Amino acid sequence: MEIVGQLQKQYVDFINSLFREGYLDDQYVQLQKLQDDSNPEFVVEVVSIFFEDSEKLLNDLASSLQQQVVDFKKVDGYVHQFKGSSSSVGAQRVKNACVAFRNFCDEKNLDGCSRFLNLVKQEFYLVKNKLETLLRLEQQILQAGGTVPLIE
Amino acid sequence: MGMAASDSQFHVLAVDDSLIDRKLIERLLKTSSYIVTTVDSGSKALEFLGWHEDDRRNTDETSVSPQNHQEVEVNLVITDYCMPEMTGYDLLKKIKESSSLRNIPVVIMSSENVPSRINRCLEEGAEEFFLKPVRLSDVNKLKPHLMKGKKQEIHESTPPQSPPSQLPTPQSSPPQSQLQQPPQPQEQQQQPSQSSNNKRKGMDEGLSSPDRTRPRYNGLTMVSN
Repeated sequence: MEIVGQLQKQYVDFINSLFREGYLDDQYVQLQKLQDDSNPEFVVEVVSIFFEDSEKLLNDLASSLQQQVVDFKKVDGYVHQFKGSSSSVGAQRVKNACVAFRNFCDEKNLDGCSRFLNLVKQEFYLVKNKLETLLRLEQQILQAGGTVPLIE
Repeated sequence: MGMAASDSQFHVLAVDDSLIDRKLIERLLKTSSYIVTTVDSGSKALEFLGWHEDDRRNTDETSVSPQNHQEVEVNLVITDYCMPEMTGYDLLKKIKESSSLRNIPVVIMSSENVPSRINRCLEEGAEEFFLKPVRLSDVNKLKPHLMKGKKQEIHESTPPQSPPSQLPTPQSSPPQSQLQQPPQPQEQQQQPSQSSNNKRKGMDEGLSSPDRTRPRYNGLTMVSN
């Protein structure tokens, strides 16, 4: 079917660009490999949890940085969590931003923390957008009767 | 009947406070045909394992078989290191100090490559230390530890009529997915299954040689950090 072919090409081009630009890393491919007929929604499930968790973490981070006396250990704890979850889904740029963020927590640098919170937030919303597009493309391919190409 | 129900399948208890990581490890383990239970804390893990406060190695538990203390048979515990309240290390310690649980192999996972942390866990008796995100190739390394745990249980709970080596192995099928992902950025070379078989109880043994631990760092050496 021509439409399937077109969608698949769109998908391949798009996901390759995400790898190239560092939005996603190999861990995302690992997630896809864990998806099969018995667990056809695995990636969507994990990514959805990631979205929810991240929103909560961003809120927690924002409020913890707004305290009169900032508890940098607590902030670091949140960033550590965020780093972990982004790493587990393959959201490379978010992960990297978290790694840098933690340095400012170690230094108890409030200004740096605030700046990096913004950066992490930015990166998160970027990758969220990309992932939503990606998953939407996957759905379209499946609905058109095709299979989603696995990029290695 | 005891363990007959779980003869052909291994039961893994996975402990992680992160929901995403629990989902991931559960999928990884189920893909390898293990029965999986996930919990989100060390205390819940101990509860599941039927751990009791006084259940220490140095109490005289002579006549009672270890099996009686376990609510459900668990063949391996895989736990995250960084958890609130009780770390994976704390959990490992409690398991190894418990007379009924100490034979259960424990594997630690961590997102951070901290050599001193890794050493401490291995010295406390952890079988393996996986860097997160955990992959299928890591899970494939669990098999020998599960087999060992299973053999030990069979040996301890049945009267010794025949040497352990003659006991039928629960799973006679060849390893399902040894190295099914050839191009891997993180290389775990050096015959991992061979090096892990060298480790018996782990309590007294420190690290025998550096290269044994290198595979666990997913290709990153201690020095380069």
